[in-house]
Amino acid sequence: MGNATGIKMTITFHLNGEEVSLPDISPTTTLLDWLREDRGLTGTKEGCNEGDCGACTVMVTDQGGHKALNACILFLPQLHGKSVRTVEGAAGPDGQLHPVQEAMVDLHGSQCGFCTPGFVMSMATAHANGATDHDDQLAGNLCRCTGYAPIIRAAKAAEEAPVPSWIKDDSSFIFSEISRGEVADRGAEPPTSLRPTCADELATAYAARPDATLIAGATDVGLWVTKSLRDLDDVIFLDGCTDLKDITVTEDEVRFGAMVDMNRVRDTLAPLHSSYAEMVRRYASQQVRGAATIGGNIANGSPIGDNPPALIALGATLHLRQGETRRALPIEDFFIDYGKQARAPGEFVAAVSFPRQPDSLRVYKISKRFDQDISAVLGAFNVTVVNGSVTAARIAFGGMAGIPKRASHVEAALIGKAWTAETVAAAQAMFDKDFTPLTDMRASSHYRLETARGLLARYFADLNGETTHVLEVN
Amino acid sequence: MAVAKSLPHDAARLHVTGQARYVDDIPMPRGTLHLAFGLSNIAKGTISSMDLEAVRASAGVVAVLTAEDVPFENDVSPAAHDEPLLAMGEVHYLGQPVFLVVATSHRAARVAARKGVITYDQGEALLTLDQALAADSRFEDGPRIYQKGDAGAAIETAAHVIEDTFEIGGQEHFYLEGQAALALPQEDGGMLVSSSTQHPTEIQHKVAHAIGLPMHAVRVETRRMGGGFGGKESQGNALAVACAIAARQTGKPCKMRYDRDDDMTITGKRHAFRISYRAGFDTEGRITGVEFTHLVNCGWAQDLSLPVADRAMLHSDNAYAIPAIRIESHRLKTNLQSATAYRGFGGPQGMVGIERVMDHAAHALGIDPIELRKRNYYDAPSEASVDGGSAPRSASAPRDISEKMKDNTTPYGMEVTDFELHAITDQLVASSDYDARKAEIAAWNAKNDRMKRGIAFSPVKFGISFTLTHLNQAGALVHVYQDGSIHLNHGGTEMGQGLFQKVAQVAASRFGVDLGRVKITATDTAKVPNTSATAASSGSDLNGMAVKAACDEIRDRMAAYLAEYHQQPVAKVSFDGDRVTVGHEELSFEQAAMLCYTGRISLSATGYYKTPKLEWDRIQGKGRPFFYFAYGAAITEVVVDRLTGENRILRADVLHDAGASLNPALDVGQVEGAYVQGAGWLTTEELVWDGQGNLRTHAPSTYKIPACSDRPDVFNVALFDGQNREDTIYKSKAVGEPPFMLGISAWLALSDATAAFGETYPHLNAPATAEEVWRRATEVAAEVADGV
Repeated sequence: MGNATGIKMTITFHLNGEEVSLPDISPTTTLLDWLREDRGLTGTKEGCNEGDCGACTVMVTDQGGHKALNACILFLPQLHGKSVRTVEGAAGPDGQLHPVQEAMVDLHGSQCGFCTPGFVMSMATAHANGATDHDDQLAGNLCRCTGYAPIIRAAKAAEEAPVPSWIKDDSSFIFSEISRGEVADRGAEPPTSLRPTCADELATAYAARPDATLIAGATDVGLWVTKSLRDLDDVIFLDGCTDLKDITVTEDEVRFGAMVDMNRVRDTLAPLHSSYAEMVRRYASQQVRGAATIGGNIANGSPIGDNPPALIALGATLHLRQGETRRALPIEDFFIDYGKQARAPGEFVAAVSFPRQPDSLRVYKISKRFDQDISAVLGAFNVTVVNGSVTAARIAFGGMAGIPKRASHVEAALIGKAWTAETVAAAQAMFDKDFTPLTDMRASSHYRLETARGLLARYFADLNGETTHVLEVN
Repeated sequence: MAVAKSLPHDAARLHVTGQARYVDDIPMPRGTLHLAFGLSNIAKGTISSMDLEAVRASAGVVAVLTAEDVPFENDVSPAAHDEPLLAMGEVHYLGQPVFLVVATSHRAARVAARKGVITYDQGEALLTLDQALAADSRFEDGPRIYQKGDAGAAIETAAHVIEDTFEIGGQEHFYLEGQAALALPQEDGGMLVSSSTQHPTEIQHKVAHAIGLPMHAVRVETRRMGGGFGGKESQGNALAVACAIAARQTGKPCKMRYDRDDDMTITGKRHAFRISYRAGFDTEGRITGVEFTHLVNCGWAQDLSLPVADRAMLHSDNAYAIPAIRIESHRLKTNLQSATAYRGFGGPQGMVGIERVMDHAAHALGIDPIELRKRNYYDAPSEASVDGGSAPRSASAPRDISEKMKDNTTPYGMEVTDFELHAITDQLVASSDYDARKAEIAAWNAKNDRMKRGIAFSPVKFGISFTLTHLNQAGALVHVYQDGSIHLNHGGTEMGQGLFQKVAQVAASRFGVDLGRVKITATDTAKVPNTSATAASSGSDLNGMAVKAACDEIRDRMAAYLAEYHQQPVAKVSFDGDRVTVGHEELSFEQAAMLCYTGRISLSATGYYKTPKLEWDRIQGKGRPFFYFAYGAAITEVVVDRLTGENRILRADVLHDAGASLNPALDVGQVEGAYVQGAGWLTTEELVWDGQGNLRTHAPSTYKIPACSDRPDVFNVALFDGQNREDTIYKSKAVGEPPFMLGISAWLALSDATAAFGETYPHLNAPATAEEVWRRATEVAAEVADGV
C-alpha cells in the first residue's frame, strides 16, 4: 500500500452506487490495492501494476462523463466526489448482466478470464459513451488468449442495447456540496493545500511546499509508487483545480490548461491538426489518455514524451506560475537536459498555447507496436512553403536526444530553398549534425537516425498527397 | 449429445462478472504472510558477502531466508536437480532468487527485498550463443543428431542449393495472471497448496521434497489459471515451494505472487534459436536434401530444454517428405533465464526453419510458394490403408499417381498415415482467393516504391503426444449422486482453453444427460493422483478419454442393474435425452440414479487412459513419438514501409483441423488466439538483454504483445470438416498448440513484401520488428542499387 508518511486525507466517493467515506487514508493508496486488499473486491485484477495491460480497468464518472481508468495507478484522492464502478457493479442489482457481459458470454469473449473484468469495464464505458471505435476503445486492454476477434464481435453486438439504468445513475451523483468541503489533514494544513480547487490555491500551496510532488493524472507518478516503491512524503493533488482544465480556442491561438486530459486534447486537435490528434490516439490507451494531462506530459520532461516535439513544431509557448509570478517561454527552452527542466522550485506548468496556423503539421510516431507504445522515434514536421519555397521550418524530435529537440541544421538546410526532392535529400544529410541518438531496447542509434531521415522524405510525400503510412493501406 | 456443440466456456459468466477466483483472489485467514524474492543483480558470479540486516529491519518483515535455511533439498527443477530455490554460493543469471523475504504484506515484502546488499566475485557471463559455443557450454555432451539418408550427398548433387543462417528470438508468455501460489499449514504438518500451475502433481512432488514429507501429506489444488501457455508447467515450482517452506517455518499461511517485472525477470521464456540451413532442390522445386543446425539458447538450467530441442528437430520436416535430412541440435547453456516450455514446445522454431527454406527456394526458382510446397508434401493416405480410422468427411484432392513414389516416413521413421494438408491447402487457396490476390498485390507493388505488400502461406503438421512417453496417461474420478447430479474431476488444469467444458460435454454425452447435471471442480491431487502436466495439447485427448472410461464404468453398472430390475436384456437399456430407457420403461436420470443407489450400486468410479501405439527412442531419434498429427494452414497478407520498416497484417485466412471438434466455438477461439500469439512472437515481441545480462524488456511498457488493433483487419478462421483417423475422444484432435504455428505465415509474408524492394531473398530474422524489416529492406534495395 502506498504510504505517504504523515499525511492523511479523508475522501468520499460512490462505489458501485453506494456512498463510501474513507477517513484517514494514506493519499498514495491505489484504488486497486484498496479494492482488493481492504474492500475484498477481487474482480478487478492486477496484471502489470503500471497501467499498460488494462486488467484493472474501472469506470469513473464525474461531471466530464464516463471514463475508463486503470485502478493500479489511480490514487484514492483522485476519486473524491466521483463515481467508481468496478466489474462487481457492471451487472444490475438483481444480477441482470450488462449487455456487454451478455455478449462476451454468448460470443466467447473470455478464455482464461483474467483480462475479462478489465475488458468488460472498458466496453461498458465505451457503451455508455456511445463509442463504437472498438479497436481504439480497447487498445489499453491486453488479452493473451483470444486474439481479440471475439471480444470485438461482442462489443459490436452490444452497441445497440440501451445503457442500463444503474450505469446512467452514476452520472446523477453530483458532489458539488462536498467537493470543496473535503477534510484533509496534514497537521494544521488547510484541506486546500493537499487538494487545491483552483490555480491560486495551488500556487499558494506549492510555493509553501516546493518539495511536494504534484499529482495530476498519476500515470507517471503512479509508477514511482507501484514500481519504484517510493513513499511520497508530501503530495498535492491537482485534480480539483477546475480552472486548469480550460481549453481556449480563438482565432489567434489554442490554449490548454495544464490539467486538460489527453482525450480532450485529442478531441480539440482533431479538426485543427489531425496528424497530431492521430498521434495522441496512438500514444496511449483510453485509460491512460483519460488520466494523463498535457501539463504532466510536458512537466515530467521525458525525452520521449510525444507531445513536446509536436508542440515545439507548432511554436508553442509554455505558461509557468510560481506564487503570483507568471512567465511564459518557448516550449523548447523548457527542456534543458535529460531530467532537467527550466522550472524553479514551487513553479508549475499552468498552460500551454500555440498560434493558430494552416495545418502543415505532421507527427510521425515510430514504435514496435502501433498502439500504446513508447516511441523509438517521434518526428514532428511543420514546414511553411510559399510559392514553392520554404519560408519557415520547425522540426522537432523525441527519442533522438536526452530531451525533445529541434533539428536546427535540418531546418536551416530547408529554409530559403525550393521545396523539392533535391532539397529534402540535402536536408536529410544534416540529421547527424543535430542528433546522436542512443541504442536501447526500443531501437538502435543507427535505426533512429536513418528513420529520422526517412520521416523527412515521408513528410515531403505526405504534403504531396501521397499515401505514406501502412495504417492507411487497406 | 452434448459433444460437438458450441457451448460457452463453463466459467464465462464468472469471468465477466469478476467472480472467477484466481489464486490471489482466494480469501485468506487472518495473519497470512506474503513473500518476495531478493534477486541477483549480476548474471554470473560467486556471492562473497550478503548483508541482509536492512532487509530484516524493514517494516513488516517476519523472516528472511537464504539457502542455508532451506530445510531439505534446495531444488525446484522439474527433473535435473539443477535449480536451487535460493542461490547456493553461485549465481547464474541476473534475476536469480538469492534470498526470500516473509512479511506482513505483499508491498512490505517487495520493499524489503530490495534492501539486500550482496557482493559478488563477478564471473564471466555467457550471454550469447556465440559465447556459449566458444566456451563449449552445453547441456548434453555434444550435439544431438537425427538423420535420414545422406543429406550432404543429396545437396552436393542438387540442381539448386540455397543456404542461410537466421535468428529466432524467444518469447515471454505474458499470461495475464502472474505466477502465484499459497500454502496453508495443516494440523498434522501437512500442507494444502493452491497454485496457478499447469502441473499440480509436480508442485505436490516438489513441495513434499522441500518440506520432507511423503506426497500424501501435500495436497495441491488448481481451479484455474489466468493463462499458462507453457509458462506454468515448471515455473510455478519456486513460488509453491517458497510458500510451503515459509509456512512450515512460521506456522502461518503464506502467499506469494510475482509483480510483473519480477515475473518477467525471474521466469523462463521460449527458447531462442539460431538456425542454419543448406538445402538442395531439383528444377521443379522438389527438395532432395536439407541440413539444419539448431543452436538453442537454453539459459542457465536444464528445465525442459532437452525435450523442447528434441521437438524442434521433430518438426524440422513439417509437412514435407524430405528424402535426405540431417538435423544437428546444440543445447547451449548461458547465463540468462532458464528457457522453458512455451506453446508448441520447440515445434514452432523447427517449423520456422523448414518454412523459411520453402519460401527461399520458391523465390530462387520463381515457383509459386504454395505450388512448391504441394510438390513436397507427404502423400495423403490411400483410404484403404488407414489404420482403424475412417475417411474424412471431405474428399481429399485427387493425386497424380506418379507422386505415390514418395517415402512417406518422417526423418524419425514414423509413417505419416493421416496427412490432411492436400485438401486443407486446396480449400484455403480457394476460400482466400489467393491467386487473384497475389496478382493484385504484384500489380500494386509495381506502382508503389515506398511501401510493398506481401502474401504467404504456411501449413502446420504438429505431432500430438508427449515425447516423454510415460507422460501420456491420465486419470479421472466421476461420481453420480443419488439426485442424478454428476461430479467429476480429472488431472487436467483449466487455463482458459475450455478443457473443463469439453470434458463435461464428454461426460454428459456418455450419460446422455443435460450438461447442467455435470459439475467439474478444481483439479486436486487428492482426487486424481500422478497426473501429467496439462501440456503438449493433450488435455482433452487424455482427460476426455479417462473421463469417458469412468463414466462408461458407472453407466454399465447402472445399465446392468436397471436391466435386471426391469427384467430386460442389458442391450435394451439406453441413456439419451436426459432419460434412461429400459425396454418400454422410461426413467428420468435422477429416478435411475436413485433406483441404483437404493439397489446398492456403486455410483463412483475412476477412469484411466494411456495413449496407444507410442514407441520412441529419443537418443536414436527413431520410432513413433506421436499418436497422430494435427494440421492447419494459413495465408497472411501484410504491408511494409521501406523508410521505417513499419508493417501490418492486412488479412489472414485460416483453415484448421481439430478433427471432429468437441466444441467448435472453443476450438475456433484457440485457433484465433494462437494465430495472433504466433504472429506476435515473430513480429513485435522482442526480448532485449543488455551487455550485462539484464533483461530490458521486463514489463508491458517495453515488451509488446499484440494489442487489439494488431489482429488482422480481415480474419477468416474456419475448422476443417474432418475427423481424427485415430481413435481419440469422439474423433476430435488436440488444438492447443498446433494453430500457434499458423502465425509463421505472417513472418513469411513480411519476407515476401521485403523481397519486393529488390531481387534477393531477404535475410530476415525473427522477430521482424519495424527495425528488422527496415534493415532487411535496406539491404535488399541496396543490392539492386549496387547491381548485385
